[in-house]
Amino acid sequence: MSALTKIAEGQTAITGIGQTAYTKESGRTVMSLCAEASMKAIEDAGLERGDIDGLISFTMDTNSDHDLQSAIGLPLVRWTAKAPFGGEGAYATFQLAAAAIESGQASNVLIFRAFNERSEARFGQPNFNPKAMPRDYHRSLGLVTPGQVYAMWHKPFLDARGMTSEDLGLLVVQMRAWAANNPDAWFYGRPITLEDHQRSRWIVKPVLRLYDFCQETDGGVAFVVSRLDQARAQGQNSGRPVVRVLGAQQAWPLGESMMYNYYKPNLTYAEDTEVVAKALWEQTGLSPAEIDVSTIYDNFSPSIPISYEGYGLCKRGEVRDAIRAGELGPGGSTPVNTNGGLIGEAYLHGLNNAAECVRQMRGTSANQIEDAKIALCAGRQCGMVLARE
Amino acid sequence: MQARRDQDFFWEGIDRGELLVQTCDACDTIRHPPQPRCAACGSDAWRAEPLSGEGTILAFLESVHPSRRDEEPRCVCLVELPEGIRMVSSLLDPENAANGAAVRFEITEYDGQKLPLVRTAGGGQ
Ligand SMILES: [Zn+2]
Repeated sequence: MSALTKIAEGQTAITGIGQTAYTKESGRTVMSLCAEASMKAIEDAGLERGDIDGLISFTMDTNSDHDLQSAIGLPLVRWTAKAPFGGEGAYATFQLAAAAIESGQASNVLIFRAFNERSEARFGQPNFNPKAMPRDYHRSLGLVTPGQVYAMWHKPFLDARGMTSEDLGLLVVQMRAWAANNPDAWFYGRPITLEDHQRSRWIVKPVLRLYDFCQETDGGVAFVVSRLDQARAQGQNSGRPVVRVLGAQQAWPLGESMMYNYYKPNLTYAEDTEVVAKALWEQTGLSPAEIDVSTIYDNFSPSIPISYEGYGLCKRGEVRDAIRAGELGPGGSTPVNTNGGLIGEAYLHGLNNAAECVRQMRGTSANQIEDAKIALCAGRQCGMVLARE
Repeated sequence: MQARRDQDFFWEGIDRGELLVQTCDACDTIRHPPQPRCAACGSDAWRAEPLSGEGTILAFLESVHPSRRDEEPRCVCLVELPEGIRMVSSLLDPENAANGAAVRFEITEYDGQKLPLVRTAGGGQ
């Protein structure tokens, strides 16, 4: 196998972010959400629609590139790409954008994700009748919802760390504390105690209670990624910090699976995440200790400790101590998901966490970390490091 | 004729009362879930071989169907097989669920479908 090619050279910047209101029932088409987020991102970037020549999302997104182009009137698109799946792989979109821009295939790439995940197609409420379908190795044996599917491989990790539902509760309390101070968050103004968490009902006993789940959401979010030199010139004019993409990587070791992750060699740590992290630190020349603020993909609360260790924010095996010490919440040494994450703010399939990283680098987060200059946007199978200039 | 699906042999085995696993003809590596080719060597030649039917519980959880709440909860478990593979199953005697518990596969009809379910060694028949 040849050495890892340095795909992203750190020559791009996130120049625009846009998002709709995050609601439980948008009452609108998915494309109208997608178009609104996209237009806001282009405006936020200080660009015209004619400047956008690339479109990127991931395969789980249902908005076609051409429909979006028509909806917002992009004169000419020269580059399109889809990252695999989404969710834990959502941040691979930024690697694809960097590859397109640094190779000269596109100048300004629009990344988008929109859905009516709460009011229309709920991932957690499959409408199929398992009995009416051909037998399969998971669904027929009782793994029907994403919560069940993930909890089955969360459990060996949690057991190996000696983590219980109370530990997850201590973690969710920290996430909800961030959300409580974020006006865009579903749980704005609604912090919880450990007792509240422990009183919330079991959804997948004995792993996931109601408050361990992300917030199903209707909405859209979008980004513009541009050439770094262009962003710097613009930054000089506007006085706004430049948010440089220092690195973006993905890793899919054989045997790992996004959802049915039961067959990899070792169930007690995230090898895929450790591969992503190693590549990110090599690419950026940074180490976990230099990260000022992080977001970690949190479809369910156990996803946070798994990736937290995977990225080396603590040593393998020590995440329970970090959670118990409150290190991920307000005042902690490794602030994670300052927007409240997918658990507290909204579930935009991971990309709202990327928007929070951009706000942290701009200095505009509702829970701004003082002097934050480096942000990690983490998913289990992909990650990105941003720097404030 | 429609291409034979990669997993049909497994369910046809279950219908005959056999628990089978794909074994690579070229390098003898076993694989589950089934794949059209061997990930170890790339060969597409394989045979189905019987498994011992034994295993150990690695993790278990209670599964309640989100929109069919009248159904009995199921105790779904991840089983490590001595042959070196894992399978998802559900436990016939959930009161005995425990990590590390020895189980045996019992091909059992559940809701009109024959499935490879498991029972703990202490669970009796
Ligand atoms: Zn082989």
